[in-house]
Amino acid sequence: MNELVSMIMSKLNYWVYIALMMVGLYAIIAKKNLVKKIIGMNILQTAVILFFISLGAKQKATIPIIMHGHTAEDHAIRAADYINPLPHVLMLTAIVVAVATLGVALALVIKVFQKYQTLEEDEILAQLEDE
Amino acid sequence: MKSLALFIVLLFGGLLIYCTLDFPLWGDPQAPASMHVSPRYIEHVMQETSVPNIVTAVLADYRGYDTMFETIVIFAAGVACLFLLRVFRRTESETQLYRHVPTGITLRIVKGAEPPRESREFERIDLMWVPYDLIIKTSARLIVPFSQIFALYVIAHGHHSPGGGFQGGVILGASIILFAISHNLRSSFSRISEKHAVLLCGLGVFIYAGTGALSIFLGSNYLDYGALSQIFGVDPVTARSHGILMVEIGVGICVMAVMVHLYYNLASAGRHDEGL
Repeated sequence: MNELVSMIMSKLNYWVYIALMMVGLYAIIAKKNLVKKIIGMNILQTAVILFFISLGAKQKATIPIIMHGHTAEDHAIRAADYINPLPHVLMLTAIVVAVATLGVALALVIKVFQKYQTLEEDEILAQLEDE
Repeated sequence: MKSLALFIVLLFGGLLIYCTLDFPLWGDPQAPASMHVSPRYIEHVMQETSVPNIVTAVLADYRGYDTMFETIVIFAAGVACLFLLRVFRRTESETQLYRHVPTGITLRIVKGAEPPRESREFERIDLMWVPYDLIIKTSARLIVPFSQIFALYVIAHGHHSPGGGFQGGVILGASIILFAISHNLRSSFSRISEKHAVLLCGLGVFIYAGTGALSIFLGSNYLDYGALSQIFGVDPVTARSHGILMVEIGVGICVMAVMVHLYYNLASAGRHDEGL
């Protein structure tokens, strides 16, 4: 019983991110409105970012900034004292690129709206068939 | 459609949850992700780059190529938005509206007539002009300069504390967007025009790529900042730290300009009028 609880507690964060990812994926597939699809895409991105960040965590470790910076030569730097910096680096750039691609997606949505006067996918498809 | 989507999502989520059973426990120091390259970064970062913030060092030095092309992706997104939305040939409307600020009287200037001279008393408006809120305008005027100083601090202090070019650039861009939201697009064009924004996008990428090219001219590899020691007159390890700062400034300028430029185009659908 105790083992089960500790297993659940150590995997719970991954399950939360998977739930978040399922919400985003459902919005991308099932929602008709294009803006809602973009919101779903962003929720999915957030889930992936959280997942990566949580991979970098280590117990009893601190943020990846060497303590006492330039005076630290006398005591050795141990890798177990600092969390993994690599996921932070990757997600740092991913967040900003996500914002930039969101801008492009919104620009495309504005263009679609200017052409079809609607953002509902089925109405756009109906207009395409009429042409 | 909805039930099919639900089925796919549940199947996918179930598979992923099944996979998590093989994952290492959360916070396990022996997890595979923390075993290979990351201990090397942590243990050698001080003697190789003299930057205490490992994230900054890995971002701009060890993975410098990756970050350079991320910056180019952001630049490309800004340019793509420009080409998608910007209306270049706009037909000048028959009349132009000018509002006299102290009295609130609107003047309608017919095409060909002389518009009021450039002054603080007159501002050009559109038909869908909305009155400003004094509280929002005043508080934005208070917030904007402090957030800009904070952004510069985040860029400059990225070596020693959480921060760097991406974060500082986003804060800087957000402060300008806040100004544009609280006033209107035309008044923010007078502060940072579209031309400046686009040029700054390119300048940021240019600073980054130029720092890399500078290393070549000084007889080293591309983006190998150790060669910059000849310019700064310091040892190669400290020169790496200076090179990282140069690159971060480039990233900050590029990100700031792209954020501002995306907002300009999205808020006015490329027409660059009064905006939201």
